[in-house]
Amino acid sequence: MRREGSPWRGVGAVFLKELSDHLTGARMFVLEWLVVLTAVAAVYVSIQQIKNTSAEDPFLFLRLFTQAGEQVPLSFATLLSFLVPLVSIGLGFDLVNSEHSRRTLSRILSQPIYRDALLFGKFLAALTAIAISLLALWLLLIGLGLFTLGLPPSGEEIARALVMLVVTIFYAGVWLALAMLFSTIFRSPATAALVALGLWLFFTILWPIFSPWMADIFGSRDIASAEDLLGVLSVRQGFARVSPSALFSEIVSVVLDPSVRSTQQPMLAALGLALIERGAIPGAPLPFLQSVLLVWGQIVGLIAATILLFVGGYVVFQRQEVRA
Amino acid sequence: MNDVVIDAQGLTKLYNGARAVDDVSFTVGRGEIFGLLGPNGAGKTTTILMLLGLTEISAGAARVLGHDPVREPLAVKRRVGYLPDSVGFYDYLSARDNLRYTARLIGFSEAEREARIADALNKVDLAEVAGKAVGTYSRGMRQRLGLAEILMKNVAIAILDEPTSGLDPQATLELLDMIRGLKRDGVSVLLSSHLLDRVQSVCDRVALFQDGRIALIGSVAELGRQVLGGGFAVEVEAEGQGLAECLAQVPGVRSVESTGPDRVRLLADRDVRPDAAAAVVAAGGRLRRLSVEDPSLEAIYTRYFHDHGARHAA
Repeated sequence: MRREGSPWRGVGAVFLKELSDHLTGARMFVLEWLVVLTAVAAVYVSIQQIKNTSAEDPFLFLRLFTQAGEQVPLSFATLLSFLVPLVSIGLGFDLVNSEHSRRTLSRILSQPIYRDALLFGKFLAALTAIAISLLALWLLLIGLGLFTLGLPPSGEEIARALVMLVVTIFYAGVWLALAMLFSTIFRSPATAALVALGLWLFFTILWPIFSPWMADIFGSRDIASAEDLLGVLSVRQGFARVSPSALFSEIVSVVLDPSVRSTQQPMLAALGLALIERGAIPGAPLPFLQSVLLVWGQIVGLIAATILLFVGGYVVFQRQEVRA
Repeated sequence: MNDVVIDAQGLTKLYNGARAVDDVSFTVGRGEIFGLLGPNGAGKTTTILMLLGLTEISAGAARVLGHDPVREPLAVKRRVGYLPDSVGFYDYLSARDNLRYTARLIGFSEAEREARIADALNKVDLAEVAGKAVGTYSRGMRQRLGLAEILMKNVAIAILDEPTSGLDPQATLELLDMIRGLKRDGVSVLLSSHLLDRVQSVCDRVALFQDGRIALIGSVAELGRQVLGGGFAVEVEAEGQGLAECLAQVPGVRSVESTGPDRVRLLADRDVRPDAAAAVVAAGGRLRRLSVEDPSLEAIYTRYFHDHGARHAA
């Protein structure tokens, strides 16, 4: 027997209320300024760098996002991969358990809505709040680039930058869904925040250090040919991709740099090697769609991770008792 | 539609194999105030949550206004107002904004919403402070705001979980008055409490919970007859020798119990006050006080749990 009524009833009301809470809240304000200030600093440094190196580059504008300074080895894209999870966790760690601790949950759920509406509304509102600030940040950077570099971005550059914006929003979604899952599992917001932040530290700092080592245990260690080397690298990549940050970095490095023809290129470059495909002109830019296709799997991976984590939180929330 | 608005048949709730609610059956009629009484942890709140479809029913069935709360929760929740135990609001929002949010969830149109909110806030005397953040409210005011939410919703049934707990006597009286007001408006009220004397004054019928089961059910007077052995309990306070024996001789008196110095309690089939007074005077005693007890819920409750050796979960 189907349950009566739509699960979407009330989503709009929850969405609007939560969104207004986020946008007027002190927490969002602090997180936004943290991101804006550091991002502007990073971009300022990269602008200085770009101005100094006056080599010809058809995609100079995209350097704005990827160029790291000499003193501050941190590009805007790297900064986002680091700070976006923090913002997501900051907004998500108490989405559900605060309703418990405020004792509002049973009152809200006794209104004619399903639990689905509450969860959907909360997730969408937090993601929208993040998307709004990311969009503002993105426009700010484009404007800053126009002013300081004095050259307009080409259509392709804008398209690539837009893909990056959308991917960043999905990336925020993964961490938001994770934070929301923990806020459903743990009744105490402090526990949820600590676990989520712990996972964030693990994936952004510890996992990049340990994953190559763990990959080499499983992969073959004798490297006799180029194929062997690529094999080892792809096992390492497979392990690294457990972390959403690694997926995000791969996507950004490919989409924002048309000269990157393979996601393994940065790893090879680190070993002092270059990937030369048969029949390809070295250094020739990859067309926009080809770049996106190259990391399509990673993009889908981010979306899938968001959905999976959300479903996990959904299942836990549906089975949870209303009373403490 | 008939006159039964809540019909619970054999409701059972298992938590990890433990029976939190065990085979509970009762009905609530239209316009009736029905009390669920019992110590904390006896299963009152769980029963309420099952009726609202907020927790699954392990066994048994419930019909609320003819709907099944498991399968048609929205139909039930549309016509039932719920005031949870120690109700919470969004502290940083004003009372009016809190009600606006609920009204949006219910799905009122904008014009209807404002009119209903203003009306409900007036009825609970919160209109003047409606613009203040709920964080500044006292417990009594929060409880009244919870009631305003129910009034705004225009419900057929109001379910109130421990509505008076933690309130001062004045606030309690006001709240009980508002509950009577609900009844006057034709709303059926299901309320749970462990505070007996207060509940007694408003309830038409009560169910006494013990360890997840309904131990007793009926009107307060019926329960009094059932538990206190019916008849009349007369308190006699008098000075004198051998009065207890004299009083035991009075026709109609079934038992005499000493409850303190110069104080005895008679259980009788009828109102034996005139005869008891005569007996005391005839024995040369000095009569100080003579009173007949209405069966109080407190007495019923204490006696019942005393007789059945129940342990009170704290």
